[in-house]
Amino acid sequence: MKAKIVITPKKAVLDPQGKTVQAALEQMGHDGVKAVHVGKYLEIELEGDAEAWRPKIDEACHKLLSNPVIEDYHFTIE
Amino acid sequence: MHFAVLQFPGSNCDQDCVHVLRGVLGQQAEYLWHKEESIGAADAVVVPGGFSYGDYLRTGSIAQFSPVMNAVKAFADDGGLVIGICNGFQILCESGLLPGALVRNRSLQFRCEHVNLKVTTADSPFTREVPEEKVLRVPIAHGEGCYFADEETLARLRANDQILFQYATEAGELTDEANPNGSLLNIAGICNDGRNICGMMPHPERASEKILGGDDGRLVFEGMLRHLEAEAGLGQAAVAEA
Repeated sequence: MKAKIVITPKKAVLDPQGKTVQAALEQMGHDGVKAVHVGKYLEIELEGDAEAWRPKIDEACHKLLSNPVIEDYHFTIE
Repeated sequence: MHFAVLQFPGSNCDQDCVHVLRGVLGQQAEYLWHKEESIGAADAVVVPGGFSYGDYLRTGSIAQFSPVMNAVKAFADDGGLVIGICNGFQILCESGLLPGALVRNRSLQFRCEHVNLKVTTADSPFTREVPEEKVLRVPIAHGEGCYFADEETLARLRANDQILFQYATEAGELTDEANPNGSLLNIAGICNDGRNICGMMPHPERASEKILGGDDGRLVFEGMLRHLEAEAGLGQAAVAEA
C-alpha cells in the first residue's frame, strides 16, 4: 500500500521554475502551453489500514511534507 | 552576555557567528548541538546559516523537528531573543516562529553579493543601534531567499512595524532592481509581533569587521547586546529596590 502525494506551488507564489520550463516547451515548438507548475511527488510505503492512515498522512502533509504558506497538496492511498 | 549558536547537520555559518560574538564583541558564545533539549543559561539564541539537513524537502523544513527547537520555541515564547540568519530565517519560518516563507529566488540563481538594506524601523532589539537613515551594506548568499506571505500577513507585518530590513539602493530607495531575489515588499528581514524574534536573509556576521570590507552587520549584534544589557540593568534595579 502506498500513499501518493502531490505537492504544487500555490497560484499566488512566484514559480520561476515553472516559467522556465514553460519557456523551454515553447522553445521546443509547442504552442498553447498556458502555464507550467513544478511541484513534488512523494510515495510513502505503508502497512496497516488505509483509512487509519488517511488523517495521519494529512497531518504529515500539513506539518512537514508541504508548507501550507506556499504549497497545496493532495494525496491518495492505494 | 551569553549567546547559544545552534548547530544542525549542515550548518556552516555557526563558526562565523561565534567568532563575531566572542572575538569582535567580547561576549560568551557556545555552540549548541541540535540534539540538545535545553539552551542552558543562554541570554540569546542564534540560528545560523547553512544547509541544515541538506536543504532536503524544503529549506529549513526538517530542522524544526530537532529537539533543540522545542527549547528555542519555549525560550522565544518567554520573550527570549532569537535571531535566525539565512537558513536560520528559513528554519524560523518553517517552525512557525515567524510568519511567511522563503522560496526560490526569482532568477533561479544562487545570489552571493553585497546588498544595501534600508532599516525600516529602529523599534527592535536588532535595529535599535542603527543610526537613523543609515543604509546597511551586508552580503547575501542564498538560492531560496524570496520572501513570500499572503496579503493579509503582509498587511499585518506593515501595520505592526514588523518589517526590519528591505533591499534598497545605496540611497535607501526600494526599487525592483535592488531586490536580488523577488521578495515581496523587498523584504530582507522581519520580526515577530513580540519583537524578540528576528529573521533575515543577509549575513550580518560576514560584515562585522572592517577587514572584511565593512562592519555594518555588527550593529545588529550590538543592538541585541544593548537590549540584553538594558534588561539585565532593569532586573538589577528591581532587585536593588526590593
